[in-house]
Amino acid sequence: MSNNDNDGNKDDDVTRRDFIHVAGAGLGVIAVGSAVWPLVDQMNPSKDVLALSTTEVDLSQIEVGQSVTVVWRGKPVFIRRRTAQEIAEARSVPMDELPDPQTDEERVQKTEWLIMVGVCTHLGCVPLGLQGDFGGWFCPCHGSHYDTSGRIRKGPAPENLIVPEYAFVTDTKIIVG
Amino acid sequence: MAGSNYQPKSKLGQWIEYRLPIFSLIDGLFGSYPTPKNLNYWWSFGSLAGIALVVQIITGIVLAMHYTPDTSLAFASTEHIMRNVNYGWLMRYVHANGASMFFIIVYVHIFRGLYYGSYKSPREILWMLGVVILLLMMATAFMGYVLPWGQMSFWGATVITNLFGAVPVVGDSIVAWLWGGFSVDNATLHRFFSLHYLLPFVIVGVVIMHIWALHQHGSNNPLGIDVKGPQDTVPFTPYYTAKDLYGFAVFFLVFAYFVFYNPNFLGHPDNYIPANPLVTPAHIVPEWYYLPFYAILRAITFDIGIPGTDIVFITAKFAGVILMFASILILLVLPWLDTSKVRSAKFRPIYKQLYWLLVIDVFVLGYVGAKPPEGILPTVGLIATAYYFIHFLVIMPILGKKEKPLPLPESIANPVVKSAE
Ligand code: HEM
Ligand code: FES
Repeated sequence: MSNNDNDGNKDDDVTRRDFIHVAGAGLGVIAVGSAVWPLVDQMNPSKDVLALSTTEVDLSQIEVGQSVTVVWRGKPVFIRRRTAQEIAEARSVPMDELPDPQTDEERVQKTEWLIMVGVCTHLGCVPLGLQGDFGGWFCPCHGSHYDTSGRIRKGPAPENLIVPEYAFVTDTKIIVG
Repeated sequence: MAGSNYQPKSKLGQWIEYRLPIFSLIDGLFGSYPTPKNLNYWWSFGSLAGIALVVQIITGIVLAMHYTPDTSLAFASTEHIMRNVNYGWLMRYVHANGASMFFIIVYVHIFRGLYYGSYKSPREILWMLGVVILLLMMATAFMGYVLPWGQMSFWGATVITNLFGAVPVVGDSIVAWLWGGFSVDNATLHRFFSLHYLLPFVIVGVVIMHIWALHQHGSNNPLGIDVKGPQDTVPFTPYYTAKDLYGFAVFFLVFAYFVFYNPNFLGHPDNYIPANPLVTPAHIVPEWYYLPFYAILRAITFDIGIPGTDIVFITAKFAGVILMFASILILLVLPWLDTSKVRSAKFRPIYKQLYWLLVIDVFVLGYVGAKPPEGILPTVGLIATAYYFIHFLVIMPILGKKEKPLPLPESIANPVVKSAE
């Protein structure tokens, strides 16, 4: 490493100067890194955006067969009070017909209430309700079909519609997030 | 940069030149700069790209004086520019159509290079800097299109940023980082505005290097042979200043047609609907200049893995993303993929035909990108995508070795080939 000829060292000897080079470069990398990180991290979601990340919804006004869309983290969340027929349909599908196998039971907390983020898992468009080949949702952007459990059945989307974290605070009130 | 021996005539000029050699620099750039004397009009598109960039920067700075990058006001301030600001409609229509004009020019400029082999030694770096400019332009125009905050702005931004979610493991973190939130929102709009202002000046910097590299070996020419001496060149001024100015005049006529008679022809009506995060338009399409790449993005509709099992190496979505970026990045290595020593397609009878096939292929991709993926279109898109890559990765290396080029002329000044050869 060291090519300084004034101390007569052979090339493969480790010298104090090598140590200074490595230590200096190492510290330099740390210094630059710690200066760059704030510049990178400032682009991540800010505190106020993170603070707004739960939404409360009153379910008492929603009739059977009706859907509402609420906003959570700037995204639509679909809340559907499903009919008995829709539930039966969702539960009768054989698992091997599903690109992203998941039972309907795994996707709901209360059988009637299907709650999911209304964002197509392909590239993020909002699917349209009560449309498509499976009676659930249809995404117009590149043609993804979801069933009455919000599972992907046909089209380019890789996954089922995402079920957000939510909890029933009372029988008619949920908190999403 | 290549200065010349130019000396200003006036005393003041000489005083300045002695301290800052700016007159010889300008002379070296546009004055006595020796230029091949056989350049055709396809060589005018470089200076046209330059003027288009200047137009974007001037109108952009004016727009920024009246525009507000906040989700509550962005759409309204754009309409304010259109209705209230004096000549605001002109500035915005020039800027919006100017972006399209810029892309037309740059695409012609690139295909000129492909036809005449301008990317070959010793102009590889010149070419690669051009590819960097193209990438920067695409990023700039993408972010600019988000600014008016219409439906296409919002959903275009959503779909394109979501592409990064296809990256394994860190995809979702990257997307949240790009957004500064959980969806395209205020933070996203602000940063896009900041970067949309910045990137054009980065482009200016790369353009300077592009021209620096150009002047190192001078322009290529339609014959694709090297300049042998002064008999092959003319000074840039007056010959090419005049020719380029004529090009400018024609260009501004076309530009003016769009601005004054058909200002929304290249745009999309849905962008006059304010952004609504809860409703996606029925048919979203990118701006025309992205269409071929959009088709490549959508070409792969199947996961790549071990057939008959659930093992997936690359999801369809990620494969599309990789191919889309690869379709541009592949141009960076074109100088080494093309093994032919002959530059100009004039003397490469087979390449000349395959060149036009590539042009057709890109138009087919553009068409597929514009239409909903129904019927036979996805298949057409897949074949056209495959051909695009085959052209560069298979045909170019092999053709250069197998093709028998026509005899090259002796020089630019003496373009007649001796028939005895
Ligand atoms: C490489 C050069 C540039 C390109 C390709 C470009 C492209 C675009 C595009 C496509 C739009 C959307 C137009 C629309 O549909 O309304 C836009 C908007 C905008 N651009 Fe640029 N731009 C460039 C340079 C600049 C510069 C240097 C500025 C200076 C700040 C600027 C400021 C703006 C502003 C304020 C808007 C929003 C108003 C509007 O939508 O018309 N642009 N740009
Ligand atoms: S975003 Fe829904 S299908 Fe592509």
